[in-house]
Amino acid sequence: MFKIVRREEMAEGTVVLNEIDAPLIAKKAKPGQFVILKANETGERIPLTMADTDPEKGTVTIIYQIVGKSTAIFKTLQVGDGYQDVIGPLGKPTHLEKLGTVVCVGGGTGVAVLHPITRGLKEVGNEVIGIIGARNKELLILEDHMKDASHELNVCTDDGSYGHHGFVTDILKKTLEEKDVKLVVGIGPVPMMCFVAKMTKEYNVKTMVSLNPIMIDGTGMCGGCRVSVGGETKFACVDGPEFDGHEVDFDVLMNRLQSYTNEEQECYDEYCTMQTAK
Amino acid sequence: MAEEKKKKEKIPRQPMPAQEAKVRARNFEEVPFGYSSETAMKEAARCIQCKKPACVDGCPVGIDIPGFINLVKEGEFTKSISKIWEMNTLPAVCGRVCPQEIQCEGKCIVGKKGAPVAIGNLERFVADYEREKRLAPAPEKAASTGKRVAVVGSGPSGLTVASDLAAKGHEVTIYEAFHKPGGVLVYGIPEFRLPKDIVFSEVAGLESMGVNLEMNAVIGRTKTLDELFEEGFDAIYVGVGAGLPTFMNIEGENLIGVFSANEYLTRSNLMKAYLFPEYDTPIIKGKNVVTMGGGNVAMDSARTALRLGAERSIIVYRRSREELPARTEEVHHAEEEGVEFHFLTNPTKFMGDEKGRLNSMECLKMELGEPDASGRRRPSAIEGSEFQMEIDLAVIAIGAGANPLLTQSTEDLKLNKWGYIDADEATGKTSKKAVWAGGDIVTGAATVILAMGAGRAAADSMHEYLTLGW
Ligand SMILES: Cc1cc2nc3c(=O)[nH]c(=O)nc-3n(C[C@H](O)[C@H](O)[C@H](O)COP(=O)(O)OP(=O)(O)OC[C@H]3O[C@@H](n4cnc5c(N)ncnc54)[C@H](O)[C@@H]3O)c2cc1C
Ligand SMILES: Cc1cc2nc3c(=O)[nH]c(=O)nc-3n(C[C@H](O)[C@H](O)[C@H](O)COP(=O)(O)OP(=O)(O)OC[C@H]3O[C@@H](n4cnc5c(N)ncnc54)[C@H](O)[C@@H]3O)c2cc1C
Ligand code: SF4
Ligand code: SF4
Ligand code: FES
Repeated sequence: MFKIVRREEMAEGTVVLNEIDAPLIAKKAKPGQFVILKANETGERIPLTMADTDPEKGTVTIIYQIVGKSTAIFKTLQVGDGYQDVIGPLGKPTHLEKLGTVVCVGGGTGVAVLHPITRGLKEVGNEVIGIIGARNKELLILEDHMKDASHELNVCTDDGSYGHHGFVTDILKKTLEEKDVKLVVGIGPVPMMCFVAKMTKEYNVKTMVSLNPIMIDGTGMCGGCRVSVGGETKFACVDGPEFDGHEVDFDVLMNRLQSYTNEEQECYDEYCTMQTAK
Repeated sequence: MAEEKKKKEKIPRQPMPAQEAKVRARNFEEVPFGYSSETAMKEAARCIQCKKPACVDGCPVGIDIPGFINLVKEGEFTKSISKIWEMNTLPAVCGRVCPQEIQCEGKCIVGKKGAPVAIGNLERFVADYEREKRLAPAPEKAASTGKRVAVVGSGPSGLTVASDLAAKGHEVTIYEAFHKPGGVLVYGIPEFRLPKDIVFSEVAGLESMGVNLEMNAVIGRTKTLDELFEEGFDAIYVGVGAGLPTFMNIEGENLIGVFSANEYLTRSNLMKAYLFPEYDTPIIKGKNVVTMGGGNVAMDSARTALRLGAERSIIVYRRSREELPARTEEVHHAEEEGVEFHFLTNPTKFMGDEKGRLNSMECLKMELGEPDASGRRRPSAIEGSEFQMEIDLAVIAIGAGANPLLTQSTEDLKLNKWGYIDADEATGKTSKKAVWAGGDIVTGAATVILAMGAGRAAADSMHEYLTLGW
């Protein structure tokens, strides 16, 4: 069992942080890589990015949004409980290089994925501008962490309850106009990444996005995580999860994410009924 | 003598009792029930105990077939299993999944004039008897040599190496990427053909011999081969299988409802999606399901689809019935259960509805031309023969390739041009010092028993290296 040593709830309990005892993975993990977790015998294999790692302590940190049955089960796990299986580190690490000014744009739980990459880009000597957003103030996560990881942080909320009233793309546009941006990293909901990529294409600025297709093995064995990049089929678990945003076919990704909508709803509803019955 | 021989040939091959086709096509329980002791002894009596048994030549691991069958005939089932174990550590598996018709049974002399002795069924019977009764003494284990061996992959190949080397006194650790051991035996071959408890029971046997199992260890990611050496392993066996799905590269392949067989079977078998929502992993249950391909993987997929509730399950194969590579028994079972076969047909595109879900497929009719390199007649498309089929689930089972995850993270490991590991045919030795390889990652997708045979050969070579050094 992989024990949870620290647990926090954020964004009004819609997002949960777990620090998990997994020394082998902690030792090897690099920014941009993910783990697959399975809570128990009947559980599903769920991919989550490592938001942080502590090789000395031997822990990895995940931050996940509750969206369906599996993440709802994860939420019930407390400190001292654990995951039956944690597999990793999986995926290619982020390519970290000194380029000059880079912009890191994050939306929703995507900020958790973005944070270690942002920090890494700063560590190798880039001038890092962060832009993070959420629907409202309560749902915003990791603001302090992102502040530390970047030289300048801009915060947006859709409803204007905090920071800039509007979308992350507003600030991105302004930044692209004003600065000589060498790279944009955009991580968040698929529509957000799609918008970011469209915008940066106009400015001809290289853009990296992190894709989150449905996965099983995470080792390139099943092809379930396939995405279309530059007209070619790629397996996000081994070829990614990061890809050139200008090459990604977001429609295919969006569509394939809907594969099990009916089944997921059925399974989640049944689980919720069971929980309420208890 | 001649008289006796004649009499024996008259006993007909004992049929394998099985679940009725209509019933079993809707459940995941094992199809054949297995022989009773009486039937097994009766079948064993059909073997004429050849002095030069051709059947043994047909078995890639050279089991003493007349030897074990004779013990069955005499009702000495426990002695019989010990005899099989001398050469094969996974008889319950092989008895079920070996393509006997082209191996042991294909060579059986009795089969020249009638039906061959049911070697596979007998092997299965003996193994099941032992699993239930647990009477046979565990295979002997040599004194500890103090040498440590890492085995990467827990498929039949890795399991064989582990058991052989543990028996020879080495300390063995198996590293497996998945959360359950067994390789294809667990994630690929369905429950109705090979109950998973059988595999886990074999693995438990290994553990009781002192073999360590490390699940969730993706070698190449969690650790590299070189790091294993740094940790103090003296030798490594790589048996990671051919786990790379092949797609057809035709239009519409990314629609919802198009699966690789690997994904479809992994969801159903390893993740137990057939028990959804009791198990959390979902699977799409199609009404009209088409499986592309003609091997065991295709049969397993098409039969799984029926069990998941498909109204029609169709196999589309681009060659003809004669070229089907699947085991005869699987084809036979599939047909009995109602799987339809469309031969000489090749898909050209998948089409979907406005929600991006697969709803039809376009195919071309094929004809067979001259034999190709594999000796099989090459199929070519008949111009203008396009037609459409309405389907809502497609499973692509046209083969597997070499998964590059481990090999790419290991420098000095020589590969062939298809990405499989270049290993010595007789010993499994690779270009990298103290590293052996075998099974599907060397040969490409093959069979359980060949993967085990490669494991056995490598274990011998590794033992020599570990004890004599070179
Ligand atoms: C490489 C990778 C890294 C990820 N990192 C994070 C992370 O750090 N934090 C985080 O909160 N989430 C992350 N995700 C997404 C996370 O895996 C899914 O949210 C999770 O699998 C949903 O499982 P569920 O059973 O709770 O929901 P389900 O009931 O399975 O699904 C509910 C909803 O989520 C969508 N969904 C299902 N599976 C996925 C998936 N794999 N990815 C995205 N959406 C999905 C469905 O379309 C559905 O609308 C990552 C995904 C990938 C592939
Ligand atoms: C659906 C299906 C049906 C089949 N039916 C039959 C049949 O009826 N009869 C027959 O004889 N053969 C059959 N075969 C073929 C047979 O199963 C294979 O030839 C055999 O399993 C190969 O054994 P292996 O040990 O080489 O590899 P595998 O069984 O593939 O096992 C390899 C193991 O290594 C693990 N692994 C991979 N990469 C890593 C890594 N980097 N680190 C750690 N672990 C790793 C995998 O997860 C897997 O568990 C079938 C195959 C399939 C897919
Ligand atoms: S291992 Fe396979 S080939 Fe050998 S005797 Fe048994 S069934 Fe036949
Ligand atoms: S060839 Fe057939 S009859 Fe002869 S020993 Fe083998 S199984 Fe018996
Ligand atoms: S998750 Fe199976 S290939 Fe990527």
